Amino acid sequence: MYTFSQKLKTTAFILIALGLVGIVYGFLSTPKTIEDVEKIVAAAHHEGGHEGGHEAAASHDSHEAVSHEGHDEKASAAHHETESAHETSATAEPVAHEAHDSIKTETTDTTHVAVAPVAEKHEVNVVAKEEKKVDAAKEHEEHIQHVFHQLQNKPWAALYVACIFFLLVTMGALAFYAIQQVAQAGWSPVLFRVMQGITAYLPVGSVIFFVLLILSGTHVNHLFPWMAEGVTDVNSPDYDALIAGKSGYLNFGFWIGRAAVFLIGWNLYRFYSRKNCLAQDEANDDFYYKKNFKLSAMFLVFFIVSESIMAWDWIMSLDPHWFSTLFGWYVFASFFVSGITTISMVTLYLKSKGYLEYVNSSHIHDLSKFMFGISVFWTYLWFSQFMLIWYANIPEEVTYFITRINDYTLPFWGAVGLNFIFPFLTLINTDFKRVAPIVVTAGVVILFGHYIDFFNMIMPATVGDQWYIGVSEIGSVLFFLGLFILVVFTALTKAPLTPKRNPYMEESKHFHY
Amino acid sequence: MSSTKVIHALYNDDDVLMDAVKQTRKAHHHIEEVFTPFPVHGLDKAMGLAPTRLAICAFIYGCIGISVATWMMWNIMINDWPQDIGGKPSFSYLQNMPAFVPVMFEMTVFFAAHLMVITFYMRSRLWPFKKAENPDVRTTDDHFLMEVAVSGNEEEMVSFFKNTGAVEVKVIEKH
Repeated sequence: MYTFSQKLKTTAFILIALGLVGIVYGFLSTPKTIEDVEKIVAAAHHEGGHEGGHEAAASHDSHEAVSHEGHDEKASAAHHETESAHETSATAEPVAHEAHDSIKTETTDTTHVAVAPVAEKHEVNVVAKEEKKVDAAKEHEEHIQHVFHQLQNKPWAALYVACIFFLLVTMGALAFYAIQQVAQAGWSPVLFRVMQGITAYLPVGSVIFFVLLILSGTHVNHLFPWMAEGVTDVNSPDYDALIAGKSGYLNFGFWIGRAAVFLIGWNLYRFYSRKNCLAQDEANDDFYYKKNFKLSAMFLVFFIVSESIMAWDWIMSLDPHWFSTLFGWYVFASFFVSGITTISMVTLYLKSKGYLEYVNSSHIHDLSKFMFGISVFWTYLWFSQFMLIWYANIPEEVTYFITRINDYTLPFWGAVGLNFIFPFLTLINTDFKRVAPIVVTAGVVILFGHYIDFFNMIMPATVGDQWYIGVSEIGSVLFFLGLFILVVFTALTKAPLTPKRNPYMEESKHFHY
Repeated sequence: MSSTKVIHALYNDDDVLMDAVKQTRKAHHHIEEVFTPFPVHGLDKAMGLAPTRLAICAFIYGCIGISVATWMMWNIMINDWPQDIGGKPSFSYLQNMPAFVPVMFEMTVFFAAHLMVITFYMRSRLWPFKKAENPDVRTTDDHFLMEVAVSGNEEEMVSFFKNTGAVEVKVIEKH
């Protein structure tokens, strides 16, 4: 029997506490009103750098103009004019006086070119600019409104990413477990209790996640654009014909109902599979083993259907104008490899503490091969999705990648490095697949990389270019990590770490590769 | 030089063969070669053979393959004649890279696979019309043969191999 080490338990509690502080701080520091956003935007640009420096230089300029004039509505025509104004400042051609102030500040800030000669010819352009002024003011207001929503979404999206990531990591482990049962794998039965321990997080994660989904549905946050009021109402200014056309599928009742069915289905399989496995320990025939076999086979059929729909519902519907056919597989590959990696890392931890006497380096080798193989499989799907859309370049699909490449350049390409290049080069060597420090390093990189992968899928749709990995994001991850450790290792203490009467147990104990 | 003598010990079971190999190694007789009709799991380890480096070769060949593909596509599509084909950006290799990845992948696999196979043929001296080196036709069907160099007392060695469960022990003059 495993005993939860006090040290690890304390670590888990500290992580939960730190995470909670981070999450609460994230919510408290979110701007409450439009005015707050004006100040934030102004302050951020005065400091001269965006958090994380992710915005393109061009948009930086236009924002700067806005920020200098921010509160002065009549002068905000500059926003509209910035690009031409920027050129003008160098050549000192006449410009409207509305724009004048902003140019002056901007030029002194950036180019240090004097703009004194502009003063005389102002009147000439005033009339022409008058019309644009109104548009520009409205545009500016819309822009701030947009940023306001994105900033309000930030702590929610951070929570959502971390929550769905840990939930799906558990599902990855559960799917792997079911496959091992159905495939009658001869090597893995010694690891079944480890996998069951990891999937013990499923009920906890499901409840928290379901609460998050309900909160989204009750308009506590604005993560899902299709849930907003009026999008399906023809008479509303927020009417969206595309979303209205999908409302037969994307409506709250149906959506939350599907989520409930999937989560309950997965939890039922987890519950009965573990129950049967424990009952098999005490049995004197293989009745429960066979029962589990059939149960796992049925679960896998249910899982692959529910998984695909889950990917549309919980991730793809954040971008309700966009669709991709292999998205379900892509999400699956991402959390499947994370689940296997988690199994490998928990196994290595327990082994290092001397709890898994029958686990040898060949078992670790097999897990590493799966980590390697499924990492490549993820890359294959990532690239297939990206390349097909990039190649055809159909505007309605390609915006998905344009926002990601422009606003999330480092996370977008970095995910490929973390999830493909690093594990590919470290785990390709047979000897390395058995060396614990190397497997752990590769595992940490893979898990971090797939968190980034989920970040890339969810953040651009919810916070857009207002993203950065700050207190909210790190706090959310720490909270769920602590909770995960606490639940998983508590569950591991509940049953012996080696099943007794699995028909493949002897083979698994003597497995060597 | 006078001709050297070798002992051919024949077995009809792979377990017996494995045992015999271990005993022979323990008695410090030099095993020249073992002929088997099928791969015997663990035989290389029992004989103390060095692990193969074929996988390392394959990795290097793969690197060569991806380099060739990259250079070829860059030279043809970007460097030599950068046409606008259907709006694909041919200004730099990186800009149009997704379109080249299928070629890069296939070339990597192609080079790694084929050059590795050719390396295997060369290292194990296999080619068409090569004269078979089979010392006893039965070793391709159901017998296992261990060839050991004779050194010292010949009689003693023969009886040693008879005791290892061999169904037949022969002393052969090798030229």
